[in-house]
Amino acid sequence: MRKFIQAAALTGVMLSSANAFAALKVVATTQDLESLAREIGGDKVTVESLAKGYQDPHFVEAKPSFILKLHSADLLIAVGRELEIGWLPPLINQSRNAKIQPGGAGYLDASMSAKILEIPTGQITRAMGDVHPSGNPHYWLAPDNGRRIAQEIQKKFAELSPGDAAYFAQRYADFDRRLAEAEKRWQAAMAPYKGVKVVTYHRSWPNFTEAFGLNVIGYVEPKPGIPPSPSHTLDLIQEMKRQEVKIIMIEPYFDRKTPDSIARETGAQVIVLAPSVGGEKDVTDYFKLFDHNVNLVTTAIKQTGAK
Amino acid sequence: MIAMGKLFSRAMTCASLVVLGGVPALAQAPAVTSVPAGVAPAFAKATVGKPAVAEAPAGTQQADPQQVRQELDRLRREFEEIRDAYGARLAALEAKLGVPAPPTVPAAGTAPAAAEAAAAAPVPQPAVDVPSGAAGAGGPQGALPVYGNASASSKVFNPDMAVIGNFLGAMGENSVESAPSLEMHEAEVTFQAVVDPYARADVFLSASPEGLEIEEGFVTLTSLPGGLLAKVGKMKQQFGKVNTMHAHTLPWVDVPLVMKNFLGEEGLNDSGISVSKLLLNPLFFLEATGEVYQGNSGPFQTHERNDVSWLGRLRGYRDITEGTNLDVGVSFTRGHNDSGPDSTTHLFGVDATVRYRPLRRAIYRRFMARTELMWSRRGQEAGDVSAFGMYVSGDYQFARRWFGGVRFDRSERALDSSLVDQGPSLVVTYWPSEFSQIRGQYRRTNYAEGVTSNEALFQFLFSIGAHGAHVF
Repeated sequence: MRKFIQAAALTGVMLSSANAFAALKVVATTQDLESLAREIGGDKVTVESLAKGYQDPHFVEAKPSFILKLHSADLLIAVGRELEIGWLPPLINQSRNAKIQPGGAGYLDASMSAKILEIPTGQITRAMGDVHPSGNPHYWLAPDNGRRIAQEIQKKFAELSPGDAAYFAQRYADFDRRLAEAEKRWQAAMAPYKGVKVVTYHRSWPNFTEAFGLNVIGYVEPKPGIPPSPSHTLDLIQEMKRQEVKIIMIEPYFDRKTPDSIARETGAQVIVLAPSVGGEKDVTDYFKLFDHNVNLVTTAIKQTGAK
Repeated sequence: MIAMGKLFSRAMTCASLVVLGGVPALAQAPAVTSVPAGVAPAFAKATVGKPAVAEAPAGTQQADPQQVRQELDRLRREFEEIRDAYGARLAALEAKLGVPAPPTVPAAGTAPAAAEAAAAAPVPQPAVDVPSGAAGAGGPQGALPVYGNASASSKVFNPDMAVIGNFLGAMGENSVESAPSLEMHEAEVTFQAVVDPYARADVFLSASPEGLEIEEGFVTLTSLPGGLLAKVGKMKQQFGKVNTMHAHTLPWVDVPLVMKNFLGEEGLNDSGISVSKLLLNPLFFLEATGEVYQGNSGPFQTHERNDVSWLGRLRGYRDITEGTNLDVGVSFTRGHNDSGPDSTTHLFGVDATVRYRPLRRAIYRRFMARTELMWSRRGQEAGDVSAFGMYVSGDYQFARRWFGGVRFDRSERALDSSLVDQGPSLVVTYWPSEFSQIRGQYRRTNYAEGVTSNEALFQFLFSIGAHGAHVF
C-alpha cells in the first residue's frame, strides 16, 4: 500500500511538473470566449470552442465529440447566465474531468463581473417565454463586457499557470489598449445615430444597442424563444409604421421569412448581424465582431435614413 | 471559486426554483443599489448649494470682500461638516448592509484605461453579480433566518424539481394489448442536484395509476480517477438506445414491439452499479460500460442472492460533418430467468443512429434515422429459445415546431420464436414550446395471434419546473 501511495505521489509530481511546461488546454463554449482567451493566452494556451458562431447558442447538441474535448481540458470557460443550460451540464457530467466541474479550479463562468442586463425582478414564470432568471446571457456584445471577460480570463490563467502571470497581464494590457482604440472608432462611427429605433428578432442585442445608443422598440418574437405569431407580427408592423422604424436586426440562425415580410410592409431593411465571433465568414475575432456589426448597422441606417 | 460552484449548481436550475431561491437575492438588488443612489442626491444637494452661495455675494456686491471671504470659509466648513457626516452615515449603512469594499483593480500591469473603465463601470452590485441563489453563501446577513420561513436561504440548496405529465389517449381496436381510451399515464417527478464536489444525484419518481415507484434514483460520481464515471442506484440499464430513454424523450407515443417482447413493459431498469470509461483514441469517441444489477428486471429473475445480472456495452461515435454524425453501439446482458434456478437469458443488441442537423438551421431542421437489432436466447427446461427482433425508424423536423416520423417493427417473442408481431407506425409531433408537446401516432400491428389492430394513439406531454438537460 505504501509503495502504491509513493508511486502515486511520484506520478502526481511528474504529471504536475509536466503540466508546468505544457500549454494550458482551454475549452470555451462559444467562439467569442475562444477569441478572448486567445487574446490573453497567446501561445501559452491552446483554445477550442464547442458552439459555432452561426449556431443558436441556446440549442447546441451535447455531442459525445464535445465530451472528448472537455475530458482533456485544463479549463472550461462558459458564458453562464443559463445560456448553455440545455446542453453543457450533461457534457460536464460525462467529461470525467474533475478539474472542470463547477466549483473546480478549471471552471470559469465568464459572466462573473460582466454588466448583465434584463435581470428579471419579481415573479417570473414560463408564461413569459424562455426567460433567463439570472439576466440576459448575450452580454458579450458590448465591448466593455469583452474587457471584463478578458480580465476574468487573465485572472484565471494567472491562477492556473502562475509562472506566466506576467505574460498574461502584459497581453491583457495590450488587448485593453487595442480595445480602447477600437471602441473610439466604433463609437465615432455610431455617434451620429444615437437613439435610432430598431427592432430585433430575439433579445440577443440589449448590450450591443445599449453600448451604441440604439433604441430597441420591439421584437419579432412575441416572447423570448417563442416563434413569431401572426397577431404579434401585425402589431409589430403597426408599431414600426407609427414610429417609423427602418431597421430589423436578426441573427443568422433564424428564419428570414417573417422579418422579410415585416420589412416589405414597413419599408424597413433586414440586417443579419453576427451575434458571435464566427457568425459570419469575416468575423474571425472579437474586434472584427464589432467591425462587422457596426459597419452593417451604419450602412443600413444611411441607406434607409432611419431615425 | 465557491461562488462559481454555486453559480453552476444554480445554473442547472430553471425558473421555478429560482423563484423560490432567487427572489430574495433579486429583491435585495434594488435595496443595495439605492444606497449609492440615495447618497448621490445628498452630494448633489450640497453642490447645488454652491451656486446659491455664489449668488449670495452677488446680492451684496458692495459688501467688504473680507466679509465675503469669511462667509465663504464658513460655508466651506459647513459643507465639509455635512460631507463628513454623510460619509460616516454612508459607511455605517454599508457596514450594516454588508456591502463589500469596492473591488480592487486586478493584476499589475493593468492599463490605466482599464482601471478607469473598471472605476467608471457601475460598482459590481453584489446582489446582482453573485449568481442568484448563491446569495447568503457568505454567511447570514441582516436578521438571522427564521427556520421554516419561506425565504430561509438554505432553500437554495433544494434540488431542481420538475414534474413531467404524460397524458395518453387511444382509439381503435386492440384485443392483444389494450390501453385505456384516456389516461393520465404518468407524472414523473424529478429531483436533481449536486451532492458534493464529487457527485451529483438524480431521482425520478413515477406516479402512475399503478402507484408510485422509483423510476430511477442514482448518484453519479463525476470525479473518479482513471477517467471513470460511476453511477450507483436504480437506473435504466445501458442496453441499446430506447431502453435508456424516459418516455418523454422518445420520438413515439409507445415503445417498439421488440422492447416489449424482449425487455418487458418496464424495460431493463434495476438496482445496481454502472462504471464506464472513455477509451481514448484519435479516431472517434469510444466508451465502454460495465454494469452489475440485482437481476430482477425485464426478463430476469433471481432465485438466490448471487443471481446478479451483468451488462456490457461499447459505444462509438463520430462526427462526419459538423451537422452529421454516426452513433453505433453493441450491448450484451445476461441474467437468470423465471424458468428455473439454472436457466439464464442472454440478450445481445446492436444499435445505430445517424443524425443530421445543420447548425445554421438547427432550430428548424433535423433528421434522425435509428435502428436497433436484438437477439434473445432464453434458457428453459424444454430447450433454449432464440428470438430476433428489430425496429427501424426515421424522424424529420420540417418546421420549428413540427416533426414527422415513421417506424417499422418486427419482433419474435422471447418465449416462442415462432410467434412474430410486426407493423408500421406514423407519427406527427407538435411543440407549442420547449415545455410541452402534442403527438399523434397511427399504429398498425399484425399480432402473432392473427389479430390486426389499427389504432390512433395520442399523447400530451407537459413539463413544469427545472428539468435537467438530457444526455445526447
